[in-house]
Amino acid sequence: MLSVQIGNGAVTSAPSPNLRSCPDAVAADKYAEYYTGHDARHGNVVSVPHALLALLSEEPKYGLQLREEFEAETGEVWPLNVGQVYKTLGRLERDGLAESDGTGQDGPQKRFRITPRGVEALAVWLRTPPDMTSPPRDELLMKVLVAARVPGTDAHEVIQVHRVYLLELMQQWTRLKEGEARDDLSLALVVDAELFRLDAVIRWLDAADVRLARAAAEPPRPARSAAPVPQLRRLGARR
Amino acid sequence: MKPAELGEGGQSAVSVLEMRGVSKIYGQEPDRVHALAGVDLSVRAGEMVAVMGPSGSGKSTLLTIAGSLEDPTGGEVRVCGMALADMPPGRKARLRRRVIGYVFQDFNLLPGLTAVENAALPLELDGVAVPKARAAGLAALKSLGVAERADRFPDQLSGGERQRVAIARAVVGDRRLLLADEPSGALDSVNGGEVMRLLHEACQRGVAAVVVTHDAQLAAWADRVVLLRDGRMTGKTTRPPGPESLLMSEELR
Repeated sequence: MLSVQIGNGAVTSAPSPNLRSCPDAVAADKYAEYYTGHDARHGNVVSVPHALLALLSEEPKYGLQLREEFEAETGEVWPLNVGQVYKTLGRLERDGLAESDGTGQDGPQKRFRITPRGVEALAVWLRTPPDMTSPPRDELLMKVLVAARVPGTDAHEVIQVHRVYLLELMQQWTRLKEGEARDDLSLALVVDAELFRLDAVIRWLDAADVRLARAAAEPPRPARSAAPVPQLRRLGARR
Repeated sequence: MKPAELGEGGQSAVSVLEMRGVSKIYGQEPDRVHALAGVDLSVRAGEMVAVMGPSGSGKSTLLTIAGSLEDPTGGEVRVCGMALADMPPGRKARLRRRVIGYVFQDFNLLPGLTAVENAALPLELDGVAVPKARAAGLAALKSLGVAERADRFPDQLSGGERQRVAIARAVVGDRRLLLADEPSGALDSVNGGEVMRLLHEACQRGVAAVVVTHDAQLAAWADRVVLLRDGRMTGKTTRPPGPESLLMSEELR
């Protein structure tokens, strides 16, 4: 479920691997809620092969070195095990995108270099926009849509709960920016990506709040009855 | 009202800003507007609180009342333990000059004064002798890393340096309370974040700050965020755990 996208600077769900590893923590559960929908929406955009190609494009490298550099380049928020590195290198070799010193032996002694085909594949990948065309179907949107319809529910209060939680997350990321990310460009980019994403969700909540208040102040329009209900069902059915 | 009179050891024992049940009503019936309705806010030394809310939620009113520029209709405001309601206008003006610093949206540096003259201005207006005020101005510039720009005029400074001088002016001398209204102005997000970093560092040196903003990325620099809506506080963050909770744990590696 990792969906780090190196190359366009957007690391969309960096913290989830860690948080999933400690499901006992209440915070992690709360946090994961915001990410499950997000991950599903963006698909499984694992781009370890391209990240490794990018590192190999500098100079030939050993597997362990690739792992270390990969983790540093992703701001250390995405751990990678050695097995993953060698498995990926094996595939790159099979596909003719990378080649190793012809020593025949596997393991840490083997050095890899990028092939001309690999260079080309990397250039194409860098410029291929990630799929962002699918309609938003996240859990938070569902909750706000439902809050607006369930009798006796104060949608503003529901929105406020989520707004506060998102702000707390942003505060945590900002502490990271204030500390470690200050001297670490990769981590600063990762943190910025996350802050902008959370910020966008808060702005959407703000807009939803205003819309709901406005709708409550106005008498319902008769023409309104047809469209929104099937829309709500359709969104629900896709999950 | 020298700092010593504010109470020894008062930094941690007493809130620098204490607002209890503060309301502000503008206009007469039937057009009365409750700009603030029973707001409680307490800010300790070293703490930075961000106030967020939509336009018309009462953010700016809260700031002007905290800064003693306006009187509340009801409730109590204390700055460094002193109740503003009991204070004669002269003392209140002195409080504003000596204890409270303001950071404005557009920094408001005077173009005819150098950086250090701008920074020292609040003290000079308060009657502090020029050499002493200048020394304090230089110290403030130094704490913000722009001491070497002391003799430049604002138009000879970069945008980032101007922000630093404006913050230096707000913390010059022995100011305890920093009030900022959208302090990053029209700066881009990276430079706006830098303003918040500087304000937060000023807090860590012992100042209390209230920052009003509609921008969640700026508010996230604060130790606490309170949310205003229709003059009421409708939500607040609890102080979050450190960033380490977002980073992977060692056993994953």
